[in-house]
Amino acid sequence: MSRRALILACTLIYSFLMLPLLVVFPISLSSAPYMQFPPPGWSWQWYERFVDDPQWIDATWRSLYIGVATAAFALALGVPLSFSLVRARFWGRVVVDRLALAPIIVPTIILSVGVYGLFAKLKLIGAWYGLVVVHTMLALPFVVLVMTAGLRDFDQALEQAAEGLGASRTRTLWRITLPLLRPSLVSAGLLAFISSFDELVVALFLAGPNMTLPKKMFDNILMEIDPTIAAVSVMQILLVAIVLVLIGRFGRGLSGSAR
Amino acid sequence: MSSSGWAKAWPALPALVLLFAFFLYPLLRMLSFSVETGNLDWYAKALGEGLYLQVFWNTFQIALIVTGVCLLLGYPLGFLIATTTPGWATLGFIFVLLPLWTSVLVRTYAWMVLLGRNGVFNRLLLDAGIVSDPLPLLHNFTGVLIGMVHVLLPYMVLPVYGAVRRVDPAIVAAAAGLGASNVRIFWRIYLPLTLNGIFAGSVIVFVLSLGFFITPALLGGGRVMMIAVLIEQEVRQTLNWPFAAALSAVLLAFTFAVYALAQRFTRVEAQP
Repeated sequence: MSRRALILACTLIYSFLMLPLLVVFPISLSSAPYMQFPPPGWSWQWYERFVDDPQWIDATWRSLYIGVATAAFALALGVPLSFSLVRARFWGRVVVDRLALAPIIVPTIILSVGVYGLFAKLKLIGAWYGLVVVHTMLALPFVVLVMTAGLRDFDQALEQAAEGLGASRTRTLWRITLPLLRPSLVSAGLLAFISSFDELVVALFLAGPNMTLPKKMFDNILMEIDPTIAAVSVMQILLVAIVLVLIGRFGRGLSGSAR
Repeated sequence: MSSSGWAKAWPALPALVLLFAFFLYPLLRMLSFSVETGNLDWYAKALGEGLYLQVFWNTFQIALIVTGVCLLLGYPLGFLIATTTPGWATLGFIFVLLPLWTSVLVRTYAWMVLLGRNGVFNRLLLDAGIVSDPLPLLHNFTGVLIGMVHVLLPYMVLPVYGAVRRVDPAIVAAAAGLGASNVRIFWRIYLPLTLNGIFAGSVIVFVLSLGFFITPALLGGGRVMMIAVLIEQEVRQTLNWPFAAALSAVLLAFTFAVYALAQRFTRVEAQP
C-alpha cells in the first residue's frame, strides 16, 4: 500500500468518471443509423440532423433564454440575500439561511409535483416564465453558497475608506463592493445558468408542449435512441467545459465554486 | 461596521417573499392533500401496504449501498487531490467538476450506450470471447447503482478533500519522522482526523440518493422502483394526488430526520 497504489486506484476511478463523457464523442460522429460501437464509419449527419430539426433548435433556444433569465433573477435575489445573511444580525437569520438552502435538500420531484398542482390551477403550465420562477428557486442555493463565501472573505475596510473619502453608499456599492466581488458573481451566475440549462424534473412537469432541451432529450431517450442525442450530449459537455474554463479564468477558484 | 437589527436585513426580503410563494407554499399546499379526507388513511396505505413499504425499503437500501460505494471510490480521490502538487490538484479537480456539471441526462444516456445489450461493454466482452451472451447490465439494479454512483461521487470527493486539507502536515511529518509506515499514518492520523469529511459526504450522498428520479427512471427500466419514481407515477399516470402527497410527506420527513440526526451528531463530535 503505497502512493503508487493510490495513484493506480485513482486512475481507475477517474476512468469511471470520464468514460461516459468520452463515449458520446465517437457515437455522435457515427455513420450508422443506430447505436453501434465501434462506429462503422464517420459522418456529421447527427449534427446536421440537430441543426435541421426546428424542434431541437427551438428547445435549445428556450433552454438558453430560460437559463439566462434564471441566472439574472437568481443573482438579483440571491446577492442581496447573501449580503443580509453575512452582514446583518437579525432575529431568525438562521431560519432564513436554512430556507435559502432548502431547495437543494428537498427532493426536486416533491417540489415539482407541488408546483405542478399550483401552476395547473394558475394556468401557468407551458409558460416559459413559470419555469424561470421555479428554476430561480433551485438556483438560489448555489448563488447564496458562492456569494456568502465571497462576502466572508471581503475586506470591509475598503468600503469604509471609500465612504470616508466622501463616496455615497450607492457609489461605494457600484465602484468598490461589486467590482471586488466580481469573481464570486461570475461563478454564481454561471452555476445558476448551468443548473437551469440542465434541469429536467421540473421541466418534465411544467414545460407542457413547449420543450426545453433536457425534456426533448428525455423524450428522445424514451422513444428512440438515435445518435442525434449523442451529438446534443457532445455539445452540452463542451458547453460545461467552456463554463468551467470561464469560472477558472474569471470566477472564484474551481474548488470554491463547487461547494 | 455592520449595524445590528433589521436595517441591513431588508435586502433579504424579495428572495424571502418568492421562497414563500413558489417554494414553501406549493410544498405545503401539496402535502395538505394527504390529509384532505380528515384522516390518515393515505398514510396508512403508504406505510401499511407491503407493496409500498417495499418501495421505501428498496430506496433506503439503494441509498445505503450508493453511499458506501461512493465513500469507497470518493475517499481515495479526495485524498489524492488534497495531498498532491497544486498543478495536479487543479487537473484532478477539473476531472471531478466536469462530470459534476455535465447534465445528469447526458450521463444517463451515455451509460445506456455503455451498458446496453448491444452496448459498448457487451460488444467488447463478446468480441473478446469472455462471455457468450450479453451481460444484463441495464434495466436492473446494477445499472441504477452504476448511474447513481457516477452522479453522486463528486459530492463525496469534495468534503473528503476539504477534510484531508485541514489535517496539519506537521502531525504527518512527525509520525513519519518517528518511523510510522504510510499505512499506519493513514489509519492512525488521516482516517480519525477526516471522519467529519466522511460523515458530511455520506450524509449528502445518502439524502440526495433518497430523492433520485432520472437515473432509476431511465436505467432501471421499470424494474427498479424507487420512491421518487413512484410519486411521479401516482401524479402523472394514476392521478392519485392525495396518495402522492402522503408518499412525499413520508420521504420529506425521512430526509429531514436524517439531516437533523446528522447535525446533532456533528455538534457532539465537534466538542472534544
